[in-house]
Amino acid sequence: MQRNIFTHSSLVQIMNADIRQNLRSKWFWTYSVLFGGFVAVMFSTGITESQIIGFVGLSRLMVTFMQVSMVILPIYVLITTVRSVVGDRESNVMEYMLSLPVSFSGYFWGKFSAKFLVTYIPVFFALLGAAVWGSITQLDVPWDLFMLYSALLAAMIFCFLGISMFISAVSHSQDLAISTAFILWLLLVAFLDLILMGLLLKLRLDAATVIGFGMLNPLQVFRTAVLVLFDPELTVMGAASYFILDTVSRGWFIVFAIFYPIALGGLFGWFGSYFFKTRDII
Amino acid sequence: MTQQFNNHIIQIENLSKRFKRQQVIDSLSVDFLSDQRIALIGQNGAGKTTLIRCILGQYNFEGKLEVLGLNPRKDRREILQQIGFVPQTPPPIKLTVNELMHFFERITKTDASAFKRISSQLGLEIDQNLHKPFYKLSGGMKQKLLISFALGRKVKILLLDEPSANLDPQAREILFAQLKDYSKNTLMILSSHRMDEIKDLVNRVIEMDLGKIVLDNLLTEK
Repeated sequence: MQRNIFTHSSLVQIMNADIRQNLRSKWFWTYSVLFGGFVAVMFSTGITESQIIGFVGLSRLMVTFMQVSMVILPIYVLITTVRSVVGDRESNVMEYMLSLPVSFSGYFWGKFSAKFLVTYIPVFFALLGAAVWGSITQLDVPWDLFMLYSALLAAMIFCFLGISMFISAVSHSQDLAISTAFILWLLLVAFLDLILMGLLLKLRLDAATVIGFGMLNPLQVFRTAVLVLFDPELTVMGAASYFILDTVSRGWFIVFAIFYPIALGGLFGWFGSYFFKTRDII
Repeated sequence: MTQQFNNHIIQIENLSKRFKRQQVIDSLSVDFLSDQRIALIGQNGAGKTTLIRCILGQYNFEGKLEVLGLNPRKDRREILQQIGFVPQTPPPIKLTVNELMHFFERITKTDASAFKRISSQLGLEIDQNLHKPFYKLSGGMKQKLLISFALGRKVKILLLDEPSANLDPQAREILFAQLKDYSKNTLMILSSHRMDEIKDLVNRVIEMDLGKIVLDNLLTEK
């Protein structure tokens, strides 16, 4: 019976079909080679022998990997995922697929799950490859850092997937969806530092309010969590570190950094699924 | 499930569908019975495709529309398990023919051999095209495959939206012969611009214009 449910579940079938289609896209292979190649380049250029705030070896490599991930992953997830629902609608794929006994939820979350897997697995394996290669070449492997970074990457991908699936479900055209995703990404990047500093200086807002506002930005949360893992005092963040670490402990901040993006992505995904189910689908 | 509704497979009462300011279906009332083969004709924009999409549960609507006694929006999976559909334009699906066929097999719980048999009759050997991506097939090949996926299933309703549009004359002839031989207890709705092509196949003709039925004729069995 369990096999039967698994085999015929529309979510599983849509996920399976979507993974197969994704594996044929140039985007996927470019992205996978980019991350795998990036780790190889970092090893070959001797980044593991350089130092940052006392960190050398694999920890140094992982920190750099996470910084690059923070730049590439959100925009990659947004641009590639935001077309999935609205693109299927425009190309009549959805009209046909949803003439089959496939539930609306199964279709939406099947595509969501497929995209999560094809986005997360390449970065996870790139990170894992670095750890394995490091242990082969006699470097100390910081497995605790590896686990936390893997969880942070999963949380960030989930978050941006939820946001892009929502945009995709409510948009009337692919052009509109891509523009919205791009503007959102620009805003989130701008709110990392520039606009926050502007708020602080121009509006003379309370620092706690500004930092609290900043912590609503999943990119900021990810960035701070990456920093706090290798710089427990958050010295590179300056004065903001006092507020953050006085408000929550380092451990709780890491918990927040993993669960907040997941909750945010889940919430947007749920709204996207709701819109998808209740509106005309074509 | 269907017995309690006698042979009224689809019941429509005061069905209306509007897109922004455009009324596409206007207070439509009609019943479709299980043994009927219906030609749904009308000009572009008459509301044929919109009606089909309402039946498939793809649009919200006003009024009453019951398929097999169920609501097409709420009970989609139960209803769609009993509907075979061929769209007017084959979608650009990136799966290979083999992947698409097995996807269908699992979703519709139908053995793939049924698809292969019908496709072969239409002149498309699935086994020779297994590894080709669906979207790279010619228009006619795509249409033959989609027809075989619809006719290979044992369903209570067949919805065919211009099914012969991309077919060569020989394949058209075979398709209409297959439709003629298809179970007499299956409701068949054929949307077409070419009445001459399907006149021997159908026993009821419904013409739509501006979202209303302007002609509804029962034909004698041929």
